[in-house]
Amino acid sequence: MTRTTTQAATRTVISTAAARTRWLQDNGVYVAVAVLLLFNALFTANFLTLGNFTTQLVQAAPVLIVALGMALVIGTEGVDLSVGAVMALAAAIIPLYLGAGPLMAITMALVIGVLAGAFNGFLVAKVGIQPIVATLALLVGGRGLALVIADGQLVQLHDETFLELGTGDVLGIPISVLIAGLLALVVAGLTNRTTFGRQLVAIGGNRKAATLAGLPVNRVLIGVYAITGVLAAIAGVLATSRLAASDPADMGLLMELSAITAVVVGGTPLTGGKVRVLGTVFGVILMQLVRATLIKHNLPDSIAQMIQAAIIIAAVYVARERR
Amino acid sequence: MITTPTVTNARTKVLQRQGAAVALVLMVVVSWLTFPRFGSLDNLRDLALQGSFLVVIAIGMTFVIITGGIDLSVGSLYALGGVLAAWGSQYGFLAALTLPLVVCGVIGLVNGLLIARTNMAPFIVTLASLLFARGLLLAITDEGANTYQIPGDSAFVELGRGTVFGFGYPIFVAAVLAVLGGMILNRTSFGQNVFATGGAEQSAVLLGVPVAKTKVLVYTMSGTLAGLAGALTAAYLQSGVTVIGVGLELDAIAVVVIGGTLLTGGMGTILGTVIGVGLIKVIQNVINQIGTLDSNYQSVVSGVFLLIVVVLQRILRR
Repeated sequence: MTRTTTQAATRTVISTAAARTRWLQDNGVYVAVAVLLLFNALFTANFLTLGNFTTQLVQAAPVLIVALGMALVIGTEGVDLSVGAVMALAAAIIPLYLGAGPLMAITMALVIGVLAGAFNGFLVAKVGIQPIVATLALLVGGRGLALVIADGQLVQLHDETFLELGTGDVLGIPISVLIAGLLALVVAGLTNRTTFGRQLVAIGGNRKAATLAGLPVNRVLIGVYAITGVLAAIAGVLATSRLAASDPADMGLLMELSAITAVVVGGTPLTGGKVRVLGTVFGVILMQLVRATLIKHNLPDSIAQMIQAAIIIAAVYVARERR
Repeated sequence: MITTPTVTNARTKVLQRQGAAVALVLMVVVSWLTFPRFGSLDNLRDLALQGSFLVVIAIGMTFVIITGGIDLSVGSLYALGGVLAAWGSQYGFLAALTLPLVVCGVIGLVNGLLIARTNMAPFIVTLASLLFARGLLLAITDEGANTYQIPGDSAFVELGRGTVFGFGYPIFVAAVLAVLGGMILNRTSFGQNVFATGGAEQSAVLLGVPVAKTKVLVYTMSGTLAGLAGALTAAYLQSGVTVIGVGLELDAIAVVVIGGTLLTGGMGTILGTVIGVGLIKVIQNVINQIGTLDSNYQSVVSGVFLLIVVVLQRILRR
């Protein structure tokens, strides 16, 4: 009798501990954001102002848009290293077509994004090259191509309508933030409510089983990389507009690392089979808040980078799968 | 991956292994015939020297990739190693050489421990140490504002600038390390463990291969070698340049892959990696020779080249 009680008690303790870990795995990123917000509200001057929140969101918007695509790719057990290069390509395309109107320029930039992404997807799905290598080729070549297109020059942009994208707002909300929020909703709907989303997760969970089950694996993979490409291009367009200049040398530099970090910190495992869109949004917000907090407390860049490294390790350590 | 050796398989293997070598020979011959200056001793010496730093890093990367892992921190460790060497050179030759090796080795060790003991993905662990090492570099250089100079009369400078028959010391260091690396990989039980770890990790564990220890060792090695490459570069440049090495990890991965080492692990050679470095450097050199092409074409050609190689590898493997 006593023994059973002890056993039962032990089991309860274990299951509470397991449940607690599980809960932390699922909600750690939200807790972290809440803690940081609280900390800043108490200890950071001028933090709780509308202006500050707007600034933070505007800075986070392009990263979020890229990270949404990255979350999808990572959900298929892939990765896309070329997103920064695609942003640079989009930036390089814009001044070429801005003469034909902003709509034309944006369309061309997005077309380049789709093509680049579909090309990555083709290499991964049809040729069977590992995602890291397939997208590495475009990372290496893409920015070079962008610089060749732009002749290595930074081009100032003066088209009012185009610049409005980066500076304008609707009811006080900056356009880029609106677009990012809208895209987050679309991607969330795509993953949770469509066949495509379910197929994507199934492929990431077990590609062989998905193939045997007759899922259109190649089509879904190419689609996912194409979506990531177009999202990167959108981010490139918005960032270019905000900068009021096309700067293919610096546009989106190291963006792939920021995006992957945000996705992983948000609880999407690198092993695929799971996409957490809300987690990704909060992952982006968390990394942005960390940076803002460190800057506002005058910590130098060196310390900021080391703390970011520690946060990445901590987040992945909590979320890791047990052997 | 265990495959039955059949005739086609053997032929494919030869092509796979020699493909990069054949391409390198062709590139060199064509470049030589097209650009007389390419074959000049000065240019070849320069080419070898430029390649030697990357070879040192890529040797470590080859080991890591054969175990099925990846090391994104080498670019930052390379820069950190250079800065530490330059800073240490004021305390003499030994300090300048050991400081970068020890610090970068320890960061590599931590990478290895985290990867082997906690089941975290190598990609993300080394991504974090990429950031950490850059941060550390900024911290010891007054946020990058301070470039430590190596005194011109320091013996350490000789390590980077000294020559034998006009060939710089770094070339010999890289060559010795490549031979050593090849021997360790193919002739020692550690090398066998490296292959076993990357080939089939579960089976390796069951067979009693010290998988965790092997992983810790390869990441430690990779970090140490990146630090050494940084130290050699600092000696050559006579200063610890803070802004170098950004994206270098991707170059290293690219040359390893071009050299025929599979990113899935379990297969690869140091010779292939050295040839991969040769190919990339010859391409860059030729583009510089053409002159009318701006340097942006270098990365375009490198990217296209990487693509061709991996697609060919994939097709040959079928």
